[in-house]
Amino acid sequence: MWTVGAFGFTAPLLLWGLVLLPALWLLLRAVPPAPIRRRFPGVALLLGLADDETQTDRTPWWLLLLRMLAVAALILGFAGPVLNPQDRTPGRGPLLVMIDGSWADARDWPRRIDRIEAMLDEAARDGRPVAVVQATDLPGDGLPFQAAEVWSARLAGFRPAAWLPDADALADWTRTLEGRFDTFWLSGGLDWPGRTALLSALERHGQVSVFESPRPLVAMRPAAFRDGAIGLTALRARPGPATEATLAATGRDPAGVERVLARVPVAFAPGETEAATDLVLPPELRNRISRFAIEGVRSAGAVSLTDDSLKRREVALIAGNENREGLQLLSPLHYLHKALDPTADLIEGTLSDVVLANPDVIVLADVATLSPAESETLQGWVEKGGLLLRFAGPRLAASDVSRAEEDPLMPVRLRAGGRTVGGAMSWGEPKTLRPFGEGSPFFGLAVPDDVRVNAQVMAQPDPSLADRSIAALSDGTPLVTRKKMGQGQVVLFHVTANAEWSSLPLSGLFVQMLERLAVSTRPARPDAAELAGTTWVPQAVIDAFGELAEAGKLPGVPGEMLARAVPGPDLPPGLYAGEDRRLALNVIGTDTVLSPAAWPARIAVEGLTVARETVLKGWVLAAALAIFAADILASLWLSGRLRGGRGAGRAAVLALGLVMLVPQGAWAQEPGTPADDALALRATSEVVLAHVLTGDARVDQIADAGLRGLSEKLTQRTSIEPAEPIAVNLETDELSFFPFLYWPVTAGQPMPSPAAYARLNRYLRTGGMILFDTRDADVAAYGGGSPEGRRLQQLARPLDIPPLEPIPSDHVLTRTFYLLQDFPGRNAGRDVWVEAAPPPDAEQAEGMPFRDLNDGVTPVVIGGNDWASAWAIDGQGAAMFPVGRGYAGERQREIAFRFGVNLIMHVLTGNYKSDQVHVPALLDRLGQ
Amino acid sequence: MISAAALRARAEGLAEALPPLLAEAEHLAQAVLLGEHGRRRAGQGDEFWQYRPAHAGDEARMIDWRRSARSDAHFVREKEWQAAQSVLLWVDDAASMGFSGGNHPPKAMRARVLALALAVLLIRGGERVGLLGSDLPPRRGQHQILRLTEVLGRDLSQSDYGVPATRGMPPHSRAVFLSDFLGDLAPVETALTEAADRGVKGALLQVLDPAEEAFPFDGRTIFESMGGTLRHETLKAGDLRGRYLARLAERKARLADLARVTGWHYSAHHTGEGAQGALLWLFRALERGR
Repeated sequence: MWTVGAFGFTAPLLLWGLVLLPALWLLLRAVPPAPIRRRFPGVALLLGLADDETQTDRTPWWLLLLRMLAVAALILGFAGPVLNPQDRTPGRGPLLVMIDGSWADARDWPRRIDRIEAMLDEAARDGRPVAVVQATDLPGDGLPFQAAEVWSARLAGFRPAAWLPDADALADWTRTLEGRFDTFWLSGGLDWPGRTALLSALERHGQVSVFESPRPLVAMRPAAFRDGAIGLTALRARPGPATEATLAATGRDPAGVERVLARVPVAFAPGETEAATDLVLPPELRNRISRFAIEGVRSAGAVSLTDDSLKRREVALIAGNENREGLQLLSPLHYLHKALDPTADLIEGTLSDVVLANPDVIVLADVATLSPAESETLQGWVEKGGLLLRFAGPRLAASDVSRAEEDPLMPVRLRAGGRTVGGAMSWGEPKTLRPFGEGSPFFGLAVPDDVRVNAQVMAQPDPSLADRSIAALSDGTPLVTRKKMGQGQVVLFHVTANAEWSSLPLSGLFVQMLERLAVSTRPARPDAAELAGTTWVPQAVIDAFGELAEAGKLPGVPGEMLARAVPGPDLPPGLYAGEDRRLALNVIGTDTVLSPAAWPARIAVEGLTVARETVLKGWVLAAALAIFAADILASLWLSGRLRGGRGAGRAAVLALGLVMLVPQGAWAQEPGTPADDALALRATSEVVLAHVLTGDARVDQIADAGLRGLSEKLTQRTSIEPAEPIAVNLETDELSFFPFLYWPVTAGQPMPSPAAYARLNRYLRTGGMILFDTRDADVAAYGGGSPEGRRLQQLARPLDIPPLEPIPSDHVLTRTFYLLQDFPGRNAGRDVWVEAAPPPDAEQAEGMPFRDLNDGVTPVVIGGNDWASAWAIDGQGAAMFPVGRGYAGERQREIAFRFGVNLIMHVLTGNYKSDQVHVPALLDRLGQ
Repeated sequence: MISAAALRARAEGLAEALPPLLAEAEHLAQAVLLGEHGRRRAGQGDEFWQYRPAHAGDEARMIDWRRSARSDAHFVREKEWQAAQSVLLWVDDAASMGFSGGNHPPKAMRARVLALALAVLLIRGGERVGLLGSDLPPRRGQHQILRLTEVLGRDLSQSDYGVPATRGMPPHSRAVFLSDFLGDLAPVETALTEAADRGVKGALLQVLDPAEEAFPFDGRTIFESMGGTLRHETLKAGDLRGRYLARLAERKARLADLARVTGWHYSAHHTGEGAQGALLWLFRALERGR
C-alpha cells in the first residue's frame, strides 16, 4: 500500500503507466480521424476539387485531452485507489467494551452500535475475547468474556435505559473485576456520580480509551408556570455558539389523536447552557398538553411529561343574588375570587352557559332553587366527574330546598331556618372549628383560633350524616358536608362564601380547604412528607428514546421513592397516578444541571465516526468509461456523423439515455378531500390495491410505485387486473372497499385515532388483509430492534391480531400461484409472520371453526423485506430501485413479484388453493 | 442450361415486378389522359370512323357502294385519322441511377415510371413507342406496353454513367432522354447533334436526387461513384459544397443550352417531388414539338 494524503494504492507500480501518456499524446496527434466512405454519383463533379485547408487531419487538442484523461483514469483505476486506507495495529488480550447506556446515549444509539460493531469486528480479527457491559444494566458479577462473534449477534438486544447508572451498584461491581484487560468506553458525554470511580477502577486493569459523540447533548426541564405563562427551559451540556431548538407541546386534539399542539423556538445564547422561553396558550389548549419535547432529538432527556401541576382548573362562579351593586365586600363571590384567581381560571355566566363550557368546578354561592332543566343538566355534569361546590346563605336558609327529602344536588337534608349563634339575640358564643378527623380531606390542616362561625344552616340528623360530614364545628354540627355522585361530588359549606356568617373566608384555611377539595390548583409538587405512605401506580413510562409507552403491569411505587425523584430501574421515568392526582417523573428535574463528562488528559478521547476504507477502483473505472463515451460522441460530431436529421435524432437518443427520468407519483387521492363517493366508485368498480399513507412523502411515493408495479405484474401474469393503486388515509377513508392494504411502517408515523383503530379492527375481522412492512429486514430477529420495529409494536398493539408464527413451509401462501419458499423484497431472507395455524392436536369441534374465520386468510402478514421498493416501477415501467447484485438480484426481484402475486391470490381466493388437495378425492367420488 | 425451377423463379420474380411498375405508370397516365382526349376525327388510318354523304369533288372510287345501295344518296366511308408518330425513349440504366440519398426511391425507379407512363399515354393516343438502346423498335398496341414494361424492369447495368443510344432512331421521329446526365456530356452532345441531323426532336429530363442538389455532407469523406470506378477524398466535405453546386448549375445550364440549339426541351426533375408534374411536362414537350 502506498499512500498520498487520504488516498492509497494497492498496486502502485501500475502508476508508472502514466509515464506513457506523453508518448500516447504524440501518437494520437499523428493519426487523423478515420474518413467515412460514401457512394455518391455526383463524385464526377467533385473530381479535381482540392481542399482549402488541411486542419482536420490532426485530432483537436481537447479531444486528445479527453482521451488522455480516460487513459489516465484507467491507469489510476487499475492501480487500486483506496480512500482512507487504514493501517491497523492489532491489539492483544481481553477487551471490555463499556457503554453508559443512559438516556444521553439514545440520541445516537445506532451510531454507537455501529461503532461497537466495528470494535467487535476488529477484536474478532485479532481473536480477542470481549465483554460488552452496559453501565445501567450490569452483569451479575465479573466480566462475561466471550468471542466477539457471539457479542455481534447479541448487539441488537442492547437498549439504552432512561436513567443514569447507579454509583453504588457500579462500585460493587468494580470490586468483582479481576485480571488485566483493555477498555473501550463509549461515553454518553454526560457526567454522572461514580464515573470517575469507575474510570480509576478500570484503569487499574489496563488501558482505557474513551469514545464520545461530538453531537451536542440537549435536554429540557419540566415545564412550570411563570406569571401565567408556561415557562420552558432547554439545557445543553457544553456551552457553545448560538443555536436554536424547537420545543413542541404534544397532546390529544379534540378527536383524541395525539398531535403537536404548539411549537415554540428557543435560542441558546453563545456560551450559555440554558435557554428559556415562555409559551402562552389558551387554557383549553394548555390543559390538553401531555408532554413537551425538543423536536428532532430522540432522547428521554429531551422529553418532559406534564402532570396535573400544569393544568389550571376551570371554576365557574354563580351567585344567587347579584343585585347589590357596589357592595363588593358583601358580594358572595368576592372572597372566592380572591382565593381562586391566582391558581384557577374563572368563568362567570348563567348556569346553562357555564355547564356547556364543561368546567372542572361549579360554585353555587347561596343559590337555592334551580329549574328542573338546570338541575338535570347539572346532575349529568356532576355524574360525569364535576365538582359542585355550594355555599349556604340567607336564600338557601329561607327556601324549601332539601327539606323533606334530600335534593339530589344537596349532600344532606336541611332543617328550616338555620341557626344563629353568638349574635346579639342569642346566648351562645360564636363557634370555632373542631380539628379535622382522619377521614376528612382536610385532615392535617391546622385550624386557626380566630375562625368564628356566627350562623349556619343545620343538617337534619340522618344515618348517613356522619359519613358525609367532613368538617364540623366544635359542638359537632356539620360545617362542610360532601356526597359522592357518580364520578363527581357535591360539597356544601354550611356558611356563606362571604364574611357575613363566619370569618372562615377571611382566613388562610379557606384557601387551603379549597385546595384540598381540588377546587384550585395545587402548588407544583407535593413534598416528601405529603408523599410518605402513599402508593403511586405508573400509567405511562418513557423509554430512553423519549417514546411514551403504556406502563402495562409495572408494580406501584411507594411515595418516598417518588419523592427522591431519581429515576432508576425500579422507578422508570413516566407518569404516576396517585389517589386523586397524577405526578410526572422526568429524567431531568427542575434543578438538574447537565455537566459534560470531563476526562483526564491521559485518556484518549475519540469520536464515534468510523473511517471506513472506501475502494475507489470501481468509481475511477466508471469515470474512465464515461469519458470514453463522451469521446465517442465527440468523435462522431467531429466526423460529421452527428449532423443532419437522423444524426440529431441519434444524438438525442444518446443524451436521453444519460438523463434519469424521475417518476411522477400521482396521488390517487388527496388526503382529506371529502370525495367519498368518488373514492368508493374508484375502489369498487375494479380491484384495487391500496396502501396506507404514512405521512412520509417518500415512503408513500415508493408504496404507490410498488403497488403499481405489482398491479402491472398481476395484469400480465394472472387474471387479476387491478386498476391504479389508491392511497388510503386511515383517519378519513372507508377501508372496506379494499381487499388488501400495504402498510409501510416509518418510525415517525403518527398513531391512528381510536376511531381509525375501530375501523381497522372491523376491516381485519371482515376479511381484509394488511401487509405490514417495517422495511428494515430486522423485525423478526429480536422483536423490534429498529425504530420501525418498535413503532410497529406500538401501532399494532390496539389491533385485533391473532397469534402469529413465522410462515410455515406448507402455508397456503407458498403455493397460491407460484411455488415459493422465500419471500424476499428488496431485503432478503428474514422471517415473515402470519396468523398461527391451530395446534395440530386440537380437534375441530362442531360449530367452532378454528381457521375458518375469513376463509382461512391470514389477516396480517408482517415482515421487513421492503417489498414495495422491489416492486416499484417508474412512469416508464422500469424498476426504480436496484435489488441485490446482477442476475441474482433480478432473480430476487422476480421472487418478490411472485410473493406479491401469491399474496394477492391468497387474499382474493381464500383457501381455494389449500382445498385443491381434495380435488382428486372429489373427482374420484364423482366418478362413481 | 438453366433449370426449369430457376427459370420459373425468375419468371415469377419478373412477373412480380411488372404489375407494380405498370400499375404505377397506368395510374400516372390516367391522371394526364383525362383532359387530352384528342384525335377523334376523320383522317388517314385503318379503323372505320363514319359514313358521310358524298359531295362534289369526291372521287367516284371513294364512294362506298354497299352503304349507298341501301339508300338514295351516295356515302363516303371515312377512316379515323391515325397519326402514326414514332416516339423513342431512352432511359438511363447506368449504376448512378440506382442512387437514393434518403427515403425516396432511386432515380432509376422514377425515370422508368415516367417513361412507362409516357409510353402508356402515347400508345393510347395511337402513337408508336420504342425504346432506344434495346431491341424494341417503335410499335403500337397494348402488347408494346407489356414489352416495354419487361425491358424497363431489368436490372441496372454495371457501368457508372449511361451513354445515350441513337441507333435505330427513325428520321423525323420524337425522342425522350431520361437520365441524371452526371457523366461525361460529350456523348450526350453527339447524340443530340445526330438526332438534330435526322430531324428528330424531343425532350431531355434530368432526374436528380435531392441529396445531389443539396450536398449535405461534412467531415472527412471518401466519395465513390456507384460503380466504384471514380473516387474522391476530401478532409472537409462541407467546404466543397459551394463549388459542387456551382458545377452542377453549370452542367444544367449547358444541357439547357444544348437543348435549345438542337430544338429540344430540357427540364430537371427531383425524386423528392411528385412524378405528376414531370409527366405533364414531358407530354406537353412532345405536343409542342409536333
